[in-house]
Formats: sequence, structure tokens, C-alpha cells
Amino acid sequence: MLRDITLGQYYQTDSILHKLDPRIKLIGTFWFIVALFLVKNFIGYAVALLFLAACIKLSHVPFKFIVKGMKSILILLLITMVFNLVLTPGRELAHLGPIKVTYEGLTIAAKMAIRLTMLIIGSSILTLTTTPSNLTDGMEKLFAPLKVFKVPVHEVAMMMSIALRFIPILLEETDKIMKAQMARAADFESGNLIQRAKSLGALLEPLFLSAFQRALDLAMAMEARCYRGGEGRTKMKPLVYAHRDYAARAIIYLFVIATVVLGRMNIGL
Amino acid sequence: MSLILDHVTYEYGIGSALPVKALDDVSLQIEEGQFVGLIGHTGSGKSTLVQMFNGLLKPTAGNVYFQGKDIHDPEYDRRALRGKVGLVFQYPEHQLFEVTVFKDVCYGPKNLGLSQKEVELRAFEALKMVGLQDEYFYVSPFDLSGGQKRRVAIAGVLAMKPDILVLDEPTAGLDPKGREEILNLVASLREKMGIAIVLVSHSMDDVAEYADKIIVMNHGKKVFDAEPKEVFAHVEDLEAIGLAAPQVTYIMKALKDAGYPVRTDAITIEEAKESILEMLHR
Repeated sequence: MLRDITLGQYYQTDSILHKLDPRIKLIGTFWFIVALFLVKNFIGYAVALLFLAACIKLSHVPFKFIVKGMKSILILLLITMVFNLVLTPGRELAHLGPIKVTYEGLTIAAKMAIRLTMLIIGSSILTLTTTPSNLTDGMEKLFAPLKVFKVPVHEVAMMMSIALRFIPILLEETDKIMKAQMARAADFESGNLIQRAKSLGALLEPLFLSAFQRALDLAMAMEARCYRGGEGRTKMKPLVYAHRDYAARAIIYLFVIATVVLGRMNIGL
Repeated sequence: MSLILDHVTYEYGIGSALPVKALDDVSLQIEEGQFVGLIGHTGSGKSTLVQMFNGLLKPTAGNVYFQGKDIHDPEYDRRALRGKVGLVFQYPEHQLFEVTVFKDVCYGPKNLGLSQKEVELRAFEALKMVGLQDEYFYVSPFDLSGGQKRRVAIAGVLAMKPDILVLDEPTAGLDPKGREEILNLVASLREKMGIAIVLVSHSMDDVAEYADKIIVMNHGKKVFDAEPKEVFAHVEDLEAIGLAAPQVTYIMKALKDAGYPVRTDAITIEEAKESILEMLHR
């Protein structure tokens, strides 16, 4: 059950998006999200959608797989929509008792849903096409200038990559312990809130213990190999921009500017 | 009463790019009081198979029956089933969590909804059964040695008084002495409590001595299901799937090849000894 979470997962395949420098993808995703928040009309969203569709197509990740990851946020999306739909004052379209649906509410709800969906799909394309280690490498390089201000960029990046690496391990561990306790007739699914919280102790305590044990082992292994932080450390595969990265960068900027310019025009939609 | 698996198939990752058939049309039966050795190398489906026994996993096709009832019937009480079919996972010491050893062993029977008195009685009995000394009953389980922790974990399942005790690789990661102790404990459990035992292992030596029958798994399929002697007669087939007969069987074979008239179907050291003595006295 826990393995069904695809949010933030990497999808192994071969595509131009997979080959792109992670820095370009990070910058691209950042500006794409900014653009989504600046857009005011549906034309802007249409342009952004076009861009997103092209990215999905280029990524060679099956659309089904991307949608599967969306399921987990469906409820959040629905709640946001419902609230906007019924709580926005304005011209009345229909009503059910005291609940009024307005024209403005409908527009805002639709825009909100589009924006959130695209935001999540956009950022999942980043993680689907970039391995965690590549992602942190990219971040480390992008934030490298901050070293001047004594920000431990390398250390933060290292911690992030370790944390990301531990997610699947801990999920597997959780699954294992859960089953072991269920084999001792534990019940994690029924009972009231307090009973459930109590029964979680049997799951969380061994989990924390093993997480700390793993962390200690890893620290020992790193020390045994003389790890001492980022100073003077070189990379086996240093990040270097290729021609396609410059081309991709140009295309991304073009699209983002087009989205924002068209998206802020006053055409009453 | 017996546990029956009827044409059980289990597939995971259905709908994804790479669906995996962990179990492929497996049928088997475990009788009351029987000692079954379940053998297979890593990834052969043993661990998936044992999770079918107590309903932790549901077959994607086929049925599981315990005492004549389908365990995946909507009305069936699977929680009670887990008390009847006790499953000790691999490295079971990782599931310990309570403040004291005694409290941890109480966890299982308490979940079954028994009275406090009954729970404590069972925990006490179970700890005695696995041979843990009294002085360790009220210490933290984390202060025990590896072998002791494993005993406590086994006691935690035994305290539910199962009819069938399933142990998934109980000797993994233990030194030879610890291994010997656990195997002897398992054998004595059947003798004293009369319960059926399923011992999962990748080593024939672990199961040769005690098993009434041996089930061999390979790539999710059942390859053999017979008495030990019959299974070990197929040494070549076993080796082809990455397993081996007990060491002593090989010695007897080598002796026979060297011209000594000994029995090659000896599977325990005791049998081998008798056969060699018999030959010498002739």
C-alpha cells in the first residue's frame, strides 16, 4: 500500500528530458511555477498547458503513471475547489438552500484547480526525470554562490540526498514492521483515534530505532572513508552545460514569457 | 486441523511496467503436528508464501483454507487466525518495542483480547518454553544479546498459543551455537506443545533432521513436496536451482564412489554414522 506513492519518484527511461542538466530543469520548474501564479486569464493557462503537454510527451513517462501520483492530492484539490465555489461572493448562478454558487466562484475554482494540477504535474516531471543524486548535485551547484555568506551548501545538499535515499528504505521498513506486528494480532485499522495512536507506538518505536541505527551505521561508513565535508571535494561526473541545455533554456524562457504576457492581458476571461 | 493452499497465485505490480509473479499456482497442505521444511534460495517466493498462511497477503488467484474455512471470506476473523497461525518473521528482534521483555511478550495475547491474568500466564509460559532465564524477564529487550532477542521474539508469537508456528529463516545471522540452540528449540516446541512447525530456510542441513516433509520452491513455483529422503534423492535437480543436499549426503556419496558399500540416502549425521558402523562390522 505504501509503495503506491509516486509523488517525488524517479521514472527510469531514456529521454531528452532525462538527459538535460538538472540545473536547467530546476530553473525551468521554478519559472514555470512563478508564471502559473502570475497568469490571470485562461489564455495564459492554455499556453502553459501546451508547454506542459510538450514536456510530458518529451519525458517518455507514461501519462498514466503521472496521473497515479496525482491521486494522493485529489482530496486537497476537491476541498479547495468546493470552498472557492461556495464562498466567493458575486453574481448568483444557482443555489441550494443557503449555499450559493456564483459566477466568480466558478471561475476562481476552475483557475485554482488548473493552477494546482499544473503545478504538481510540472514539479513531478522534474522528479520523474531526474535522479535524486542528480537533483541535489544541481541544487548544490545552483546555490554554490551562497558559500560566500558561509552557507554550508555542500552539507545541506548531502543531507538532502541522504534523506531522499532513505525514503524508500524507511517505507520498506515500515511495511515490514507493520506486518510483523499484525502477525502478533495488532490492529492498525480500527478503533477510535486514541486507540489507533496507541497502537502506532508498536510501529513507530521499532521504526525510529532502526532509523537511528541506520544513520549511525552510515555515519560510521562515511567516516571510515574519510568524509570531511565539501572542501576540496571533486565530482566523478561534474555538471557541464551542453548545447541542448542552452537550447532548452532559451525555449523555457520563451514559453514562460509568452505565458505571463498573454496571461496578464485584459480580455475579460 | 490443517491449512490448505489451493492453486494460489500472487502477483504484484499489476498494471505497472513490470508485474512480478511471486507465487505461481502453488497448492499445498500442512497437517496437524507436522514438521515442514520450506526450502528455496533468495527470491524463490518463500517469504511471500508464508504470508499467505496467516492472511497478511491475499492471493490474486486461488484460495487459502484453515480448518475448513476460507480465510478471505468477508466474515472470517483474520485477527484470530493470526493467533492460530503464528508467524515469526526474518530478524524478528526488530519488532521488539516494549519497555521490558515480559511486556513485549504480552503484546500478542493482549491483542487477542484475553484477560490480563491469562495474558500474563501465557507470556510467562512462553518465555519459559524458549528457555530464557528469569533474571531477563524484566529488563529492556534492547539489553539482550542477538540470540536472546530472537528467543523473546519467538516467545512473543508462542504466547498466542498457535496451532501452526511458521518461522522465516530463524537462524539467519546467528553464530553456529546460536543456530544450534534455535533449531533445538524449534524441535522441542513440537515435542512439548504438539504444534505444527513450518521452518523456512535456504539450507537443507537446517531441516534435514526434523522435517516430516520438505517443500522446495523455485521462481514462485513448488518444485518438490515430499519426504526428505525422496527430495534429497534428486541432488542434481536441487543443485540446478541453486540448492544442495545436506553435507553428510555428499560425504556418503563420495564414500560410495570410493568403493565403500555405504547407504547414500543417509541425510542426518546419526544415519550416516550407523551406516558406516554397519559397513565396518560386516
